Amino acid sequence: MAVKISMKVNGKAVTAEVEDRTLLVTFIREHLRLTGTHVGCDTAQCGACTVDMDGRAVKSCAFLAMQAEGASITTIEGVAKPDGTLHPMQAAFKENHGLQCGFCTPGMVMNAIDFARGNPNPTEQQIREALDGNLCRCTGYHNIVKSIAAGAKAMAAGK
Amino acid sequence: MNAPLIGARIERKEDYRFLTGAGQYTDDVTLPNQSHAVFVRSPHAHAKIKSIKLDRAKKAPGVLAIYTGEDLSKLGGLPCGWLITDVNGQPMKEPPHPSLAQGKVRYVGDQVAIVIAETEDQARDAAELVEVDYEVLPAVVDGSKARAKGAPQLHDIAPDNTCYVWALGDKAACDAAFAKAAHVTKLEFINNRLIPNAMEPRVANGSYSRADDAYTLYVASQNPHVERLLMTAFVMGLPEHKVRVVAGDVGGGFGSKIYLYAEDVAVTWASRQLGRPVKWTSDRSEAFMSDAHGRDHHTVAELAMDKDGRFLGMRVKTTANVGAYLSTFASCVPTILYATLLAGQYKTPVIHCEVTAVFTNTVPVDAYRGAGRPEATYVVERLVETAAREMKLDPAEIRRRNFITEFPYQTPVALQYDIGNYNATLEAAQKLADVAGFAARKKASQAKGRLRGLGYAAYIEACGIAPSAVAGSLGARAGLFEAGEVRVHPTGSVTVFTGSHSHGQGHETTFAQVVADRLGMPIENVDIVHGDTSKVLFGMGTYGSRSIAVGGTAIVKALDKIVAKGKKIAAHLLEAAEADIEYDRGEFRVKGTDKKKMFGEVAFAAYVPHNYPHDKLEPGLNENAFYDPSNFTFPAGTYVCEVEVDPETGKVTVEKFSAVDDFGKIINPMIVEGQVHGGVTQGIGQAMLEGCRYSDDGQLMTGSYMDYCLPRADDVPSYQVDTRETPCTHNPLGVKGCGEAGAIGAPAAFINALTDALGVKDIPMPATPQVVWNALQKKN
Repeated sequence: MAVKISMKVNGKAVTAEVEDRTLLVTFIREHLRLTGTHVGCDTAQCGACTVDMDGRAVKSCAFLAMQAEGASITTIEGVAKPDGTLHPMQAAFKENHGLQCGFCTPGMVMNAIDFARGNPNPTEQQIREALDGNLCRCTGYHNIVKSIAAGAKAMAAGK
Repeated sequence: MNAPLIGARIERKEDYRFLTGAGQYTDDVTLPNQSHAVFVRSPHAHAKIKSIKLDRAKKAPGVLAIYTGEDLSKLGGLPCGWLITDVNGQPMKEPPHPSLAQGKVRYVGDQVAIVIAETEDQARDAAELVEVDYEVLPAVVDGSKARAKGAPQLHDIAPDNTCYVWALGDKAACDAAFAKAAHVTKLEFINNRLIPNAMEPRVANGSYSRADDAYTLYVASQNPHVERLLMTAFVMGLPEHKVRVVAGDVGGGFGSKIYLYAEDVAVTWASRQLGRPVKWTSDRSEAFMSDAHGRDHHTVAELAMDKDGRFLGMRVKTTANVGAYLSTFASCVPTILYATLLAGQYKTPVIHCEVTAVFTNTVPVDAYRGAGRPEATYVVERLVETAAREMKLDPAEIRRRNFITEFPYQTPVALQYDIGNYNATLEAAQKLADVAGFAARKKASQAKGRLRGLGYAAYIEACGIAPSAVAGSLGARAGLFEAGEVRVHPTGSVTVFTGSHSHGQGHETTFAQVVADRLGMPIENVDIVHGDTSKVLFGMGTYGSRSIAVGGTAIVKALDKIVAKGKKIAAHLLEAAEADIEYDRGEFRVKGTDKKKMFGEVAFAAYVPHNYPHDKLEPGLNENAFYDPSNFTFPAGTYVCEVEVDPETGKVTVEKFSAVDDFGKIINPMIVEGQVHGGVTQGIGQAMLEGCRYSDDGQLMTGSYMDYCLPRADDVPSYQVDTRETPCTHNPLGVKGCGEAGAIGAPAAFINALTDALGVKDIPMPATPQVVWNALQKKN
């Protein structure tokens, strides 16, 4: 059954008609063509599809598009400044080599930004626990942990 | 002139697009008039297909076509790229490997039909309606049971499910060495089957243009030219120049994206039948049951020593489970890439290794990060550490006594090591790991009721794969050189085309550092292009830690030609003899004078040749090179792992992991460290967490992240990594490769530490809390 949905994505109002079973991640990737949000599993465990929904990092594969009715969504494409300047968390990943193949990266960054908002000066253990829902096969997490520590500090400093 | 870029920690050029969601992975490519495919896969490990009914499925909404094995019966099977000759001089058994099953399925996940529809959901719905009538047959999944009397037979042409029995080394000399040994250490273990799990699942999107009579395949691949060669020449019988293969941004490979897969063939073939592009995107559940798996060895290994712990000989017998069919490089992994590494870092004078490769009703097994070399290192380093304990020798001391110290060194298992300094990496690792302080830390753990252990692994690997003539003499059906092209633009900036492929390794940065350093220009003026057969002249791709050593050298050879031509142009412009022109990072100078031309000036003259030696030289500045290495490279190092065990729960914590590697010259230390971090984590994953399991009847029990334990951030520590450097002697960069070391050295280091902590001789991988707890109960 087709349903009509409306929401805000990266600050822009979007309205569309989708099949009721359409996942939020499919809506973002296939309908809006925002392909920075990735799909790495089918059991809501890898976190590659993480987006920000109303100020909270969520796995967009675990929502139907129609559950996001009226919500405000930010995807990885909406994180940097309009002039292209990286968000401090993105910059921290770049400076600390917190990514290799880049596939898990958008989800990592979206989760890290949410985490850092509530944890401006996190310990290594807190960061590792906060990454429980995001899998990376390339980095061994070492540099992701460093990136998030640096990114959280930079965010707190208002950079 | 700019500061040297080789050895500099330069932030990666590719990161901006990955960090802003602008990467273009294969699934991000949607073509006009795109259709979508879903595969019907076997739910049985072994069955005859009695009939396939498609009527209901074909009538489902949106369905465009459904094809089965019958439709693809005229295509060739998926080829195996390496011929192993067995102990009797006979070729290995190569059963047909059809892209869609021909009358029989041989593992859970085997492809039976491809369903193509307007949308992926419609294809999925219709696939549910395909009715396959199976006659279920008994299955065998355990490699060590595949040759048992009465075991179910997979292929008519492979009696006893045996692909080959192969051997390397002098058996009689080895037996003689064992006969005079003062002590023999013996171990029997399984090197556990792993599922690679690159975070990007495989994707293939095939299209056909009637206007050009040409195909384009977008595919998540580590080696697009090889993919094209295998698909056109061996499977589809197409002219190679009519097929373009594009592997853009690829989200990790670890070996699993080297191979030509059935799905790639099926979507490419179907795109012509339908006249529409056909895209298949694997979901993770499919990836678990269709991406080539890794490892799966059952091994008995023995080390003979004299009374002082000097190694006299090594004897190894391995059964390698290759799965249901031979994947692209399956046959060389447990042989050429395994037995040849059994000398390790040691002067063991005689080694004999016998490998039996068997077919089972499981996913095909092929190269996974390290490929044969982790299995070899596990054999050697578990034996050495166990021998030290049995002989009451310090595990570092027994290694020192047996280290190879003179180079070049010819091993008894075919390889010749060009250079190394194993004492240097061992000593550095001991310091980095603070081995001296271990006793105090162990005491502190004991006070908390915990057990602490320390283990070493001194690994070696053969990388820079490979000298084509050597590989060919060992059965390779392909060359293993690499190609590169340097295109200098009129204004002096440079685009470099490489046959290597980056899927996380950062070639766009590392290779650009090499080029910018040599040409004396800012790195921003150099771009690296890879992954498209229509742009790159040729390529053998990325695996076996070969990219910088082979692909990087091809680029350097092309740069040498650019410089040679530049000297001729500069000589003309400076009115000097060519022999008097010297070149140093961006400047062509007349020796002994201050007369010079900058690189950009020479490039401009080549493309605006008003004042140019037309009688002797063509205009333009564009060169390519093919490089075939004269030997493998031999990265080596020592890893020290320290674990703490909670005896109440069996939970193991990696407290410290210290890695000292000798990768030869290092271009970008930041990237190299990242490779070690990732490799070590996969190694710890193998040793502590990951293990593919099948039920006896062949159902995959570990088919999702609920069941297959991929390391998470809180399973592993931060690492201490360092390097020592003996430059490779036979390539101009002095580089050896670093991509696989971590996964090669870490499992043995971890298990050596854990067995030390528990005071047991051996423990199986993965050493999960249950395994550890059971081992402790048994011991007490």
